[in-house]
Amino acid sequence: MSSYIFQRLLLLIPTFIGVTLIGFLVMRLAPGDPAELRAAGGLRGAGEGALSRGKVSAVDEALMQWRAQYGLDRPLHVQYGIWLKNLFTLNFGESFKDNQPVWNKIIERVPVTTKLNIFSILLVYVVAIPLGIYSATHANSLGDRVTTLAAFILFAVPLIWAATMAIVFICGGDFLYLFPPAGLESLDYSRQWSFWQKFKDQTWHLFLPVVLLSYDGFAGLSRYMRSSMLEVLRQDYVQVARAKGLNEGIVIFKHVLRNSLIPQVTLLASLLPALLGGSVIIETIFSIPGLGQLGYESVLARDYPTVMALFSVSAILTLVGILISDLLLAVVDPRIAFGRRQQ
Amino acid sequence: MSSQQIQTGTVKPVSPLPPSPSLGGVASLPVAAVVVEGLWSSVWKQFKRNPIALAGLYVVCFLICTALLADFLANDKPYYMHYRGKTYFPIFRSYVIGTGLTQWPAELLNVNFKKLQGSEAIFPPVPYRPTNIDLLAPYETPSPKHWFGTDRLGRDIMAGMIHGSRISLSIGFVAVGIAVIIGVVLGALAGYFGSWVDLLISRLFEVMISIPTFFLLITVAALLPPSIFLTMAIIGATGWVGIARFTRNEFLKIRSLDYVTAAIALGVSNRKVMFQHILPNALAPVIVSVVLGIAGAILVESSLSFLGIGVPAELVTWGSILHEASSATFAWWLAVFPGAAIFITVLAYYLVGEGLREVLDPRLRGLR
Repeated sequence: MSSYIFQRLLLLIPTFIGVTLIGFLVMRLAPGDPAELRAAGGLRGAGEGALSRGKVSAVDEALMQWRAQYGLDRPLHVQYGIWLKNLFTLNFGESFKDNQPVWNKIIERVPVTTKLNIFSILLVYVVAIPLGIYSATHANSLGDRVTTLAAFILFAVPLIWAATMAIVFICGGDFLYLFPPAGLESLDYSRQWSFWQKFKDQTWHLFLPVVLLSYDGFAGLSRYMRSSMLEVLRQDYVQVARAKGLNEGIVIFKHVLRNSLIPQVTLLASLLPALLGGSVIIETIFSIPGLGQLGYESVLARDYPTVMALFSVSAILTLVGILISDLLLAVVDPRIAFGRRQQ
Repeated sequence: MSSQQIQTGTVKPVSPLPPSPSLGGVASLPVAAVVVEGLWSSVWKQFKRNPIALAGLYVVCFLICTALLADFLANDKPYYMHYRGKTYFPIFRSYVIGTGLTQWPAELLNVNFKKLQGSEAIFPPVPYRPTNIDLLAPYETPSPKHWFGTDRLGRDIMAGMIHGSRISLSIGFVAVGIAVIIGVVLGALAGYFGSWVDLLISRLFEVMISIPTFFLLITVAALLPPSIFLTMAIIGATGWVGIARFTRNEFLKIRSLDYVTAAIALGVSNRKVMFQHILPNALAPVIVSVVLGIAGAILVESSLSFLGIGVPAELVTWGSILHEASSATFAWWLAVFPGAAIFITVLAYYLVGEGLREVLDPRLRGLR
């Protein structure tokens, strides 16, 4: 087992380099230059015709200096090498936007996004697993048909639509005011509040973003759960368990459930990146100061260091998600690790 | 002999991506790949029996018709017009003008056809183009005049939705077309040649899977000049992994079948074996992921234009109308209609994909 883990960890390195290299190249090879963008608002904005030739060359010089300061004038492979080297010391450089260290900006926002995503993952599994069990044990009943259809329809609801409808109809506006339209805490939130007050305020603010982030997850997962459970239910050992007179509850929850949970574990890996993508949309719509919003703002501002840092953070999260689900899979299903050893 | 080949062929040389549960442990079933003649007609026969999937197909056809006929459904020019003693067919004429064969007569150049005095005309059911700005009628609620209301600039939402169907449709097909080309070629190479080619390409799959795709998409879309074609290309270039993995697995299975061995023994070139002999038999499972991929591409495009990146600002898409609703929360019609359009489109493709999966995937038979 430990050699399997070691092997997997070793394989993470080339994958990570591949991912960040793609991100790096995409960003640098795209037309447009952060130095120009930075100057566009100020000096260049005055219009080149209005400036005398001397001043234009002064602007160019300033741009050159600025590029040199951030190492943008060097060849691409050198830039990438430097970036990678700095990464090992957790130095993501400084933001082009406000010269703050990128690391601090990210650390500031990690708790918010983590909170959102952990609750979402919990909600996904808490809703999907029981729903899947119900559907599979009552296969083809009316209840199963209704939940399967509902899950299917829910899965097709676009996140941007669900979120906009929520904002328009139940977040103030002209209709109902059930949930707050923005932020993670009330404006008058204070530390002096009692625990209960804080808890209520946070829950009220988190509820909608968490539900929106997770609905397609539990819709999808419940269908996977149903089909994997049905597959297990058809196997001989379930017949045997029933034939020897075990009561149905034990058959389902002790014998069937365990084996049908195996595939669900692996879905965690695909759930993580999907949640991160969803965070961009949800955090932008609900003005939640998390990583998704930071990413969106940095992309628009061509803030290379911040974008690269976020890119690597989410790549690492995704890789770790895949690793964890593979390891869990190897734990619950020993055949997988054995198969590897034989190679 | 043959079973041993399959065994060695299916062992993945690098860490496998988490297999989706519906795929678990089927790779060694060569039977699934045997295709009898007339597969597609039998697929259609079975598909027809599923009323829900058929309904999805009808919706897709309806959307394609809407997109093709958009100019005739929503246009500020009339079909037919009698003006100053002459008869015109302005919509048709604008097509001819588009080819450069003729030009507008002087009295019709840059005119508002609705305000021409003393003319008889028959207008399309929605007499607006999505770009017609009417600053005197911002945020009008739905009415017989504007079926789905107007936006901040007084543009007709119904017209925007009809013409927006073109964008969502073409995004779906072009983006997935690109993804299919990349995915099928890479998957075929990996599955057919195996060994180090497979190792290398599978590594690439893993890299692509680990890439935060949506984040990469918004990065690229925001950095490049806004263009609908670039958006299609980017969505296609990031969305091929699923198709490639399916193709690879199919190729691994089929490659060890006797007829392929026979073809190779006869000296048929690799390219011919791959694309003429194996590919047609490998397509069935790929088709499902293609249909689902179209829905995915439409979703991604609408999210991008909702975030205001990737498409030019003046272009009206379903996502861009929806975006306006988030800043004008009183205008419920801006939220309801375009979102419903995206939802119905995506649902229709899902239904068709699911219907196809049930027909094409033999393991699902008897499950329901």
